[in-house]
Amino acid sequence: MVTSTINNLVFQRPTGFTETPTHYCPGCTHGVAHRLVAEVLEEMNVIDRTIGVAPVGCAVFAYNYFDTDFVEAPHGRAPAMATGIKRVLPDRIVFTYQGDGDLASIGMGEIVHAAARGENLTVIFINNANYGMTGGQMAPTTLPGMKTTSSPNGRDVETQGFPIRMAEMLATLDGVGYVVRRSLHDPKNIRLAKKAIRLAFETQARGLGFSMVELLSTCPTNWGMTPVESLKFVEEHMVPAFPLGDYKVGAGVGQIKL
Amino acid sequence: MTRELWKGNEAIAEAAVRAGLEAYFGYPITPQTEILEYLSKRMPELGRTFVQAESELGAINMVYGAACAGVRVMSTSSSPGVSLMMEGLSYIAGTEVPAVLVNVMRGGPGLGNIAPSQGDYNQAVHGGGHGDYQPIVLAPASVQEAIDLTVLSFDLAEQYRTICMVILDGCVGQMMEPARMPEMRPVQRANWVWATDGRMGKRERRILTSIYLDPVEEEKTNLRLLSRWKAIRQNEVRYKEYFLDDAEFVIVGFGTAGRVALSAVRTAREQGIRVGLLRPVTVSPFPVEVIDQLAERVSGFLVTEMNSGQMLEDVRLAVKGRAPIEFYGRMGGVVPLPDEILQEIQRVAAGPLSIGADPRADWFERMTAQN
Repeated sequence: MVTSTINNLVFQRPTGFTETPTHYCPGCTHGVAHRLVAEVLEEMNVIDRTIGVAPVGCAVFAYNYFDTDFVEAPHGRAPAMATGIKRVLPDRIVFTYQGDGDLASIGMGEIVHAAARGENLTVIFINNANYGMTGGQMAPTTLPGMKTTSSPNGRDVETQGFPIRMAEMLATLDGVGYVVRRSLHDPKNIRLAKKAIRLAFETQARGLGFSMVELLSTCPTNWGMTPVESLKFVEEHMVPAFPLGDYKVGAGVGQIKL
Repeated sequence: MTRELWKGNEAIAEAAVRAGLEAYFGYPITPQTEILEYLSKRMPELGRTFVQAESELGAINMVYGAACAGVRVMSTSSSPGVSLMMEGLSYIAGTEVPAVLVNVMRGGPGLGNIAPSQGDYNQAVHGGGHGDYQPIVLAPASVQEAIDLTVLSFDLAEQYRTICMVILDGCVGQMMEPARMPEMRPVQRANWVWATDGRMGKRERRILTSIYLDPVEEEKTNLRLLSRWKAIRQNEVRYKEYFLDDAEFVIVGFGTAGRVALSAVRTAREQGIRVGLLRPVTVSPFPVEVIDQLAERVSGFLVTEMNSGQMLEDVRLAVKGRAPIEFYGRMGGVVPLPDEILQEIQRVAAGPLSIGADPRADWFERMTAQN
């Protein structure tokens, strides 16, 4: 019977979302990350004063899903664009949503300096160890030995270098208020990720500096795995290479009670 | 307001402030750094936004963000820095948001030098960034004109939702001249129907993007940009003319090259040579119509530039083979002296001139024979 659905409602689309069917691949954790951001914006009651900045990559269409104003940045430049917006509209909530190629390769200069300036921005950083949209090339976060379409024999660290750990790197900067790494590979970690995203946005809302949540994510299509295998891969291979944890929690942020 | 002694770069900075500049993002590079330095003090004292970016890439994308938020915003740079900004300029053009960029040009290509040049004409006028777009490009020849055109650039950018560039060479940027500043205009945020400044409980969400995955939609955007460009060409052509009424020969030159040519024209007139000067103020849109009319009645054109003949091609398109065209250019940061241009005027006036000649090839022969 459907008569009592309202009374029994336990799950619904967050009001921060539009009614747009997803374009992400089955099993990809982008959808989970999107949902967590939308839930946090709803809980903080800031949807209508939030401006998002989409990257280049699979999340280039992030603006289709959030019921907020959105702009679409050139590859890697989202933190610079967000700086321009936040500086002239300091009472708005401004966030970027970026992948690993976007943030840790072509946009390395922009992310480091936005963090160093202590811009009051929130960055949602999706680390799935490859360039998803262009078909799975090696990213700065690709694990040693991991096969991609541009490291077909596995990433050879002798010639192709080592993965970059962004959360650890940015945590060294004084302008950073909150930077942590979480994972989206199981419900417990998803709950922890949501709490971190909430704290990141709270950091911004209180003017406590730059905030970033790095999220270990899956890419079943380009990894050539089922969604379940992909989640297992994150747990068994990515978490050891990119340890989960709080890399910087500023004094003011540590006192936030949710 | 009385005339005061202003350095070109600082005059541009103060003119922008008085035009209601709300946010400035820049990066140091000679010979435009005084603009950045001036605004680093001036903007904060007025409670406005100033950020020294990590690079020109960062600066132009901060401009892009602030432009999307709907405020008056500007960056300034010089040739190598402007090359870095071309990515952002193309995105700004594709997103149809207004922004002002000043290029105080220096010798190139590459690192070149810091001497005055007009070598970025093609980059500015014919696009520079990827894709189909045309910016408005203004070319001042004096400090006063730099002030006036900086103020105008904001109005034009907003009116047409386009990029407006002001290109000047290091001469205009670095020299001091008496000039009149406009009155201070208050900062006023226009209530743009497109700005992504937060819904704030008032409206549906807005998206600003330059991505149109469907080629048909992209083509519609290209056509929208072109129809705006058509209106710009109809309404915004600006140029200065000197002694053209009875001119037998016409010099065409913009910015400092045009200004130096004016001195030569005056001397030539004293010697009885009926020569005039056409100085494009908008090099984009280019003053095609006036050149078209001149081509019907004059005996020849002399194009003079501080580059290898970049505007020359636009003059040739406007003249359409109806009159002989000669060229004289200096490059690499060398500024021509009035006497050099006077000699060119005398050479052109003495003839013979040929419509079929290749003005750049002939100039190259003369340059290499000299050196």
